[in-house]
Amino acid sequence: MKTGAKLLIEGLQREGVETLFGYPGGVVLPIYDELYDSPLRHILVRHEQAAAHAADGYARASGRVGVCLATSGPGACNLVTGIATAYMDSVPVVAITGQVPTFLLGNDAFQESDITGITMPVTKHNYLVKEPAELPKIMQEAFYIARTGRQGPVLIDMPKDVSTNTIDFDPVLPEKPVLRGYQPTYRGHQKQIEKAIEMLLLAERPLIYAGGGIIASNASRELMQLAEQMMIPVTTTLMGLGSIPCDHPLNLGMLGMHGTEYANFAVTECDCLLALGVRFDDRVTGKLDTFASRARIIHIDIDPAEIGKNKYADVPIVGDLKVVLGEMIHKLSKKGNYDNWLEKVRAWKKKHPLRYKDDGVLRPQYIIQQLSALLGGEGVIVSEVGQNQMWTAQYYCFKKPRSWITSGGLGTMGYGFPAAMGAHFARPGETVFDIAGDGSFQMNIQELGTVAANKIPVKVAVLNNCFLGMVRQWQELFYNRRYSFTELPPVDFVGIAKAYGVDGIRVESCEDVVPALKSAIDSDGPFVLDFRVEREENVFPIVPPGAANNEMIGGHVP
Amino acid sequence: MKPHTLSVLVENRAGVLSRVTGLFSRRGYNIESLAVGTSEEPGMSRITIVCIGDDAGIEQVMKQLNKLIDVIKVSDLTDSERVERELALIKVAAEPGTGRNEIIQIAQIFRAQIVDVGTKTLVLQIVGNTEKIDALEKVLRQFGVKEFVRTGKVGILRGLKTVKSGK
Repeated sequence: MKTGAKLLIEGLQREGVETLFGYPGGVVLPIYDELYDSPLRHILVRHEQAAAHAADGYARASGRVGVCLATSGPGACNLVTGIATAYMDSVPVVAITGQVPTFLLGNDAFQESDITGITMPVTKHNYLVKEPAELPKIMQEAFYIARTGRQGPVLIDMPKDVSTNTIDFDPVLPEKPVLRGYQPTYRGHQKQIEKAIEMLLLAERPLIYAGGGIIASNASRELMQLAEQMMIPVTTTLMGLGSIPCDHPLNLGMLGMHGTEYANFAVTECDCLLALGVRFDDRVTGKLDTFASRARIIHIDIDPAEIGKNKYADVPIVGDLKVVLGEMIHKLSKKGNYDNWLEKVRAWKKKHPLRYKDDGVLRPQYIIQQLSALLGGEGVIVSEVGQNQMWTAQYYCFKKPRSWITSGGLGTMGYGFPAAMGAHFARPGETVFDIAGDGSFQMNIQELGTVAANKIPVKVAVLNNCFLGMVRQWQELFYNRRYSFTELPPVDFVGIAKAYGVDGIRVESCEDVVPALKSAIDSDGPFVLDFRVEREENVFPIVPPGAANNEMIGGHVP
Repeated sequence: MKPHTLSVLVENRAGVLSRVTGLFSRRGYNIESLAVGTSEEPGMSRITIVCIGDDAGIEQVMKQLNKLIDVIKVSDLTDSERVERELALIKVAAEPGTGRNEIIQIAQIFRAQIVDVGTKTLVLQIVGNTEKIDALEKVLRQFGVKEFVRTGKVGILRGLKTVKSGK
């Protein structure tokens, strides 16, 4: 005789889950009772949203499925932002929610919410379990759906009586779930691949535009091999950072709204764009008509719906990037001659580097550069959302895939700190930093309780400018400096950290940056660094909303 | 921009219609007509959706539908030889001596059936394509249409071709 709760725990173990993040409540009591003496490690967060972000951070750092657990009603609703974050960035997460017993469903029972209805638009799929016998199959499917094809979150809603009811047989599971409506394509169309190579060889100014799909597909090596073999420069999206080392001679850094000038020039002038695991997001393309408008486009993605969604693709290829790029490399017999183009790109790169004012004032870019130098590309860097995120993307030298974790699509403030906790459990031996702003940090600051209680050695570097910096920047540039509700009163983050039992240092000058970063890195436990930075520093360059990518402003800071 | 008839084969599971219609609304596609019912394959239902859009838009709708786990197959019938039908029930005012016979004659011309005869009303049932139903409703308007109920359109390919799971 096994209860549904027992089957749930067994299902998690069968899927190889070791760690999950959660928060107990009424209808998940049977599940928590079962967890009590299971070998699974459960991390008690301080808010369910953090459980979802932690599961997401765990998934991004490890490449495995992250798991979170919450009770019904408010617990489940609190997961929603985290689930939507994972959905927008295609992160494999399985969220388990408690639900009121089946006989009360639809009855407006205490702590009832229609979480499968609520999460329908932000999950890859979701399930409401009706009886324990179907649970093993549902769990197998959920994990399979989450981690295959275009990855994404899947939610399993468990009514309380499903957790407590028993079955007296072990359901037999197929080796692989049978889902007649779900058969992702992994191999690319051979003729199309040949056509893509032909097009690249005919091009004079080719450019690779690589995104999060490279990371998700673990195709970084193939990307570099292809780029090096053909000598094609590479620009990455925010989500693609780390897919090619920042200091690689062919790397142009990030493109788009806060991209490098040379990446944006290159994409404007290229005559063939090889788009890999990207979705032509508005933050990347700027004014769509002018984006790569001189280029023929080869678009490779595992999700057919992304191809042609925003921009027509001359050569569409549906498939897994690791497989398709492998096939491309295999079919490659000669290389193109792009010397003039490479020369041009190199000249742009030399003439328009990213820069900021070097005048002894404590600026966020300096802090990120120092951290980058100290860690030398090792460890995991997580960010919040806003200026902190963009400066990290610009100034941190990422050398490996999965060393950069950020909420790109949804842009969720408060994501970074809990995601960093998740990243720690995925990669326990490595230094994990959350680069935060004072606004974002305060959106999930309660997780100081979680890191303190579990001695999770996550370091938080708050770039504290007492502003919602990115919004303030837009107000400065586009709203006549009318700082409507973007100023935040100073907060003593070190004091707050100490109250939770977490160490911290406040830093107010450039010369204290490196010693403070070192103390944080050397500390065995969590650490909070409160950097009091220049308050009105801007992220430059910026492509103003609705402008073309080569119409950046602020590229040349004196 | 023209109406497209999409035939969508889905798993017959709770919530599947909600997944399909939710997708249309959140991505900003309009549903002109919708019909749902069981199919010849056990455990599968067939949804026929008419929506208006350009080719790129419809392609995107179909791709998004295909991404739903419970959607097994999506086909656009629009450019194929097909049969499409709707059914409508029309309640017309028909007091004795006020054109009752005329309504019955019109019904005959349209090959509509009279399925209910009341003292003051007649109910006509008509099966046909959209234009035929629209035409009948228009003609009956002079007598006073009390109520007009129509199904969504259903469609099927002519000849041997089918919209099947193919697995």
